[in-house]
Amino acid sequence: MDLTLLMYIVPSLIMFGCGVYGFITRKNMIAMLISLELMLNSVDINFVVFNRYLFPAQHEGMFFTLFAIAIAAAETAVAIAIIINVYRLAKNVDINQITKMKF
Amino acid sequence: MPLSSTIYVLAIPFFMFLFLGLVGVKMPRKITGVIGVLGMAVTTVWAYAIAFTYFFGNGEGQMLDGVRQQIVTTDWTWLSFYADKLVVRLGVLLDPISAMMLIVISTVSFMVHLYSLGYMSDHDGNPEKGFQRYYADLALFTFSMLGLVVSTNIFQMFIFFEMVGVSSYLLIGFYYGQQPANHASKKAFIVTRLADLFFLIGILILSFYTETFDFKEIMGANGHDVCNAFTSAQGLTFMGCSVTGWALTFIFIGGAGKSAMYPLHIWLPDAMEGPTPVSALIHAATMVVAGVFLVARMFPLYVLEQGAMDIICVVGAFTAFYAAAVACTQSDIKRALAFSTISQIAFMMTSLAVSSAKGELIGGHEAGLGYMASMFHLFTHAMFKALLFLCAGAIIHAVHSNENSKMHGLHKYMPITSIAFLIGCLAIAGIPPFAGFFSKDEILVACYEKGIGWGLWMSMVAGMTAFYMFRIYYLIFFWKKHEVHGEHKPKDQPWTMTVPLIVLALISCVAGFVPFGKLVTWDGVQLETHLNLPVACASVGIALIGIGLATVMYWKENPLPDKLATMFKGLWTASYKRFYMDELYQFITHKIIFQGISKPIAWFDRTIIDGFFNLLGNVTNSASFGIRKMQSGNVQGYVSYYIIGAVLLAAITGIVILFV
Amino acid sequence: MEIFSNMLIYFVIIPVLTLAGLALTKNKGIDAIRAVAVTGATALVALAIYLVVVFLHARAAGDTSDMILQTSVTWYEPLNIKLALGVDGVSVVMILLSAFIVFAGVFASWKMDPLPKQFFLWFFLLSTGVFGFFISVDLFTMFMFYEVALIPMYLLIGVWGSGNKTYSAMKLTLMLMGGSAFLMLGLIGIYFHSAPEGQPLTMNILEIAKNDAIPHQWQYYLFPLTFVGFGVLGAMFPFHTWSPDGHASAPTAVSMLHAGVLMKLGGYGCFRIAIFLMPFAAQQLGWIFLTLTGISIVYGAFSACVQTDLKYINAYSSVSHCGMVLFAILMFNKTAMTGAVLQMLSHGLMTALFFALIGMIYGRTHTRDIREMGGLMHIMPYLGVGYVIAGFASLGLPGLSGFVAEMTIFVGSFEHQDMFRRVLTIAATTSIVITAVYILRVVGKLLYGAVQDEHHRTLTDADATERISTATLILAVAIIGCFPNFFIDIIRDSFTPVVKALTSVM
Repeated sequence: MDLTLLMYIVPSLIMFGCGVYGFITRKNMIAMLISLELMLNSVDINFVVFNRYLFPAQHEGMFFTLFAIAIAAAETAVAIAIIINVYRLAKNVDINQITKMKF
Repeated sequence: MPLSSTIYVLAIPFFMFLFLGLVGVKMPRKITGVIGVLGMAVTTVWAYAIAFTYFFGNGEGQMLDGVRQQIVTTDWTWLSFYADKLVVRLGVLLDPISAMMLIVISTVSFMVHLYSLGYMSDHDGNPEKGFQRYYADLALFTFSMLGLVVSTNIFQMFIFFEMVGVSSYLLIGFYYGQQPANHASKKAFIVTRLADLFFLIGILILSFYTETFDFKEIMGANGHDVCNAFTSAQGLTFMGCSVTGWALTFIFIGGAGKSAMYPLHIWLPDAMEGPTPVSALIHAATMVVAGVFLVARMFPLYVLEQGAMDIICVVGAFTAFYAAAVACTQSDIKRALAFSTISQIAFMMTSLAVSSAKGELIGGHEAGLGYMASMFHLFTHAMFKALLFLCAGAIIHAVHSNENSKMHGLHKYMPITSIAFLIGCLAIAGIPPFAGFFSKDEILVACYEKGIGWGLWMSMVAGMTAFYMFRIYYLIFFWKKHEVHGEHKPKDQPWTMTVPLIVLALISCVAGFVPFGKLVTWDGVQLETHLNLPVACASVGIALIGIGLATVMYWKENPLPDKLATMFKGLWTASYKRFYMDELYQFITHKIIFQGISKPIAWFDRTIIDGFFNLLGNVTNSASFGIRKMQSGNVQGYVSYYIIGAVLLAAITGIVILFV
Repeated sequence: MEIFSNMLIYFVIIPVLTLAGLALTKNKGIDAIRAVAVTGATALVALAIYLVVVFLHARAAGDTSDMILQTSVTWYEPLNIKLALGVDGVSVVMILLSAFIVFAGVFASWKMDPLPKQFFLWFFLLSTGVFGFFISVDLFTMFMFYEVALIPMYLLIGVWGSGNKTYSAMKLTLMLMGGSAFLMLGLIGIYFHSAPEGQPLTMNILEIAKNDAIPHQWQYYLFPLTFVGFGVLGAMFPFHTWSPDGHASAPTAVSMLHAGVLMKLGGYGCFRIAIFLMPFAAQQLGWIFLTLTGISIVYGAFSACVQTDLKYINAYSSVSHCGMVLFAILMFNKTAMTGAVLQMLSHGLMTALFFALIGMIYGRTHTRDIREMGGLMHIMPYLGVGYVIAGFASLGLPGLSGFVAEMTIFVGSFEHQDMFRRVLTIAATTSIVITAVYILRVVGKLLYGAVQDEHHRTLTDADATERISTATLILAVAIIGCFPNFFIDIIRDSFTPVVKALTSVM
């Protein structure tokens, strides 16, 4: 059986949907961060797959994915650092509770 | 005295106004008063010199072919609306009526200046406040009035109309601390301003067609030669009447306001709140004749516009009767005199209006007789009415009241005043040989020439004049014994007040013999006048009847007047209340203008227009409060909006791609 | 620099230097602040008088160009924005007026408290804008200076005002800014049609007028935009409601400057930009605005009749008088337009006088409600007489400025051949009676009669600075009233280009 483009896209789409759902519904910042990673990774998959199927001679999509993974790692590190600091201050990582800086 | 120096007759009072107003207020009262009187004395002498030079001198250009010429001695371009046409000049125009007015104004004004030294020196025993201001205002008024009569153009006339209006406002409101004076001055100004509005509209219409304000250019030299622009504009009609008719009627309304013609007379009785010498000067002798003077000045135009003349005639005749009827019942002597003034001025107006310069219109009789009579009456009336007012002032000064119920029987205490007042009454009633007889006789002749109806009507009013004047006289000086209150006995006044009375009384005795027809006519051509015996006899007879009636009713205390008053209660009350004209005006101004127009407009402004802009502000405000919720800072919310938006956008794009 | 050889630029530089001088003073050093402010204001008056002399000399020497003292320096090349200066008779008298009012305003705010330094800073910033507006002939710089003049108003009222000041300041600023929005649209529209196809676009008013390239259908949009934009500032009905509230809350000197000068920017702009650049639309649409301004005149006067707050009365009377300005400008003939400028002068001086006197009275009695005062003439005769003179000027007594201005307007307007305009003129003349009603009503209640409040008996009359402030204005009002031809000669010929443009499109 040949693997078609669609077979990659659909899981990626489902992954992205889960990410969005999780990002919107979760109140825990860690969970939101995980959802964010999900979305990011689904996008990475798309990049790779489109590159592979549509422009096999070129490698920009691959590079870009690698780049994004690296950025995501850094971003996660920063986010986790913030979350930990917020937790230290507020004893809480629920985003509905952390409204001190609003307005 | 060269005629070119006429300008100084105006300049002196103006300078006195500035001097007394700016410097005089810091000086002692006595000195200010004396300076004021001296200044006025110089003005008077100068004015007399000018007038005599004009009438009897034989300088170049004064008389041409037996026609007395109009002479412009000063001409200064003050304001040019257009570079070439419609230029307002301030200048001095000497002609018979302005020269005559110079005499009238300066004489009365000088008398009043002198009289005021005594009258205004104290106010119920205290030194009068604002004595210096009073003299400054008097000087301003004199200046304005002199400027008015020597106007070379209609716009200058308008300017000085406004100026006399303001100085009259200041003088009526002299006792500004008292509410009645305050209201009266306001009323006088606003009513005359309303009339001036019509005057202005009239000027606008007239100048639109003639393209000039200048009297000489409009009416030609001596009024003989009315310009073509005017005569051709007579052909144009607006709402059924000729445009010039409209213009002249509007201008007449302007004059009617100053001259207190019905229904614009209501300010004059109230104006008696001012000091009595002021009433004598402004509201009896000079300013109130400004309207008559205006019509006389533009007489050559009015002659061409018979419709406007008819309006003046009707208004004048009605006012004469109306004011006489009211004067018969007034208890305040100054008010009674005020109504008498209105009535007499209406005589002058009517006389002008019945006069016709074109001989053929009245069957070849003396043309322009009414004009001459009107000016004659203006002259004599100014003298004897000023006399009457100054007498009234002396009486009021003595008894501290305007009501005749507080007077009675003063003959014993104030003999000089009594005799002077009697002379005034005889003059106004038209008893020979006093001044009023001659002028009134000419007026009646002119009226009879217009039509027997007009003549009879005016004769009747003349009879009423005699009646109400003697009613006042008897009620003041006789009727019953004077009730003396305490130590204070009424007595004749100091010499400063007596001298003017005597001088004016003498003038009233002899003024009738001035050969007026030789001096003052509308076109400068001398007019032969002679006594019309039947008319003269009839009018003297009617006057005697009036006097007789008054003697019966008011000589000695008797119940007859009260009986009559109760018998004709409605009529008497109506007359006493001046036929409810004041109430009518009160209704119009307060109920209609203030409550009916101004209040709703102010409400509309605050509520509707301002409300609209506030609404704009409030809607913006509440809208931004509403959408502020969206900016919650909640990232999850933002993402939701974003997702919803993205899905919608995708859906719309899909639909568009699919179906378009 | 070429620009510094033109004397006009100093009308901007002097206020800016005054600002700098004020910035150097100490917050508490009231004497230094006053000294700097008076020096600046005096220098402005002197310069303005000198400008009149220069102008008269130029005209006498046969200089018949539309504008004198023209200079143009490029400011921003890509959009062809220039700092273009130039004055004609109208701007000259407007500058003179502004200088006088700034001068009187400084004296009227002598005892300003609190923050006198900051007050004068904003005050002179406002003046900078006003003078800059009158000297420029470039759309962009005009608009810029216009905004410079508007913004300080917000702070001047909001900080130093009285009563409901935040509301008034906000309302005034927002309404005027709304007007500016219209105006800006209009100006941009004019800019894009300022030259025929293929030629560089320009912001210079004189060049735009010469090019005469704005298509007629565009004029239909741009004329109302610019006219309303300026008309808001000129208190045209129904955009006048900022005026009563704004005036009522503003401190004395600001009311003076506002009614005296700022509202004149409206009339000046209507004439200089809206009508001059778009004569076709002006002829076609003039009747709409003429009706609106006609309503302003009578409406403002009637509204003033029933007000009880002194400042409201004068604000509504300003609506009436400024309506007269726009009314006359829309009559499209030289006489009426000259009358409009005279009316601007007259209204500027006399309203400034009114507001100065009201401020002085309010400073003593602490009320502006005429029902709570009475008989003030007994107590403060100087102020009383001043008020009566201002009133007479307002109701048009000959010899004072109001009469000359109103009569020139009426005579000029009535000379129009169009029946509609003549009837409207007659309707407008009724305002002279209504004006008399409300002026005398106030004078009667406020100054005459018995003293209403016994506490007022101890109050004092005007002091030296107050006398200087009012006497300056009274003198100016009387000079215009007595020698109108001097001003008319300066003003009249400046209308030649605009009238020519207007008649050419008939």
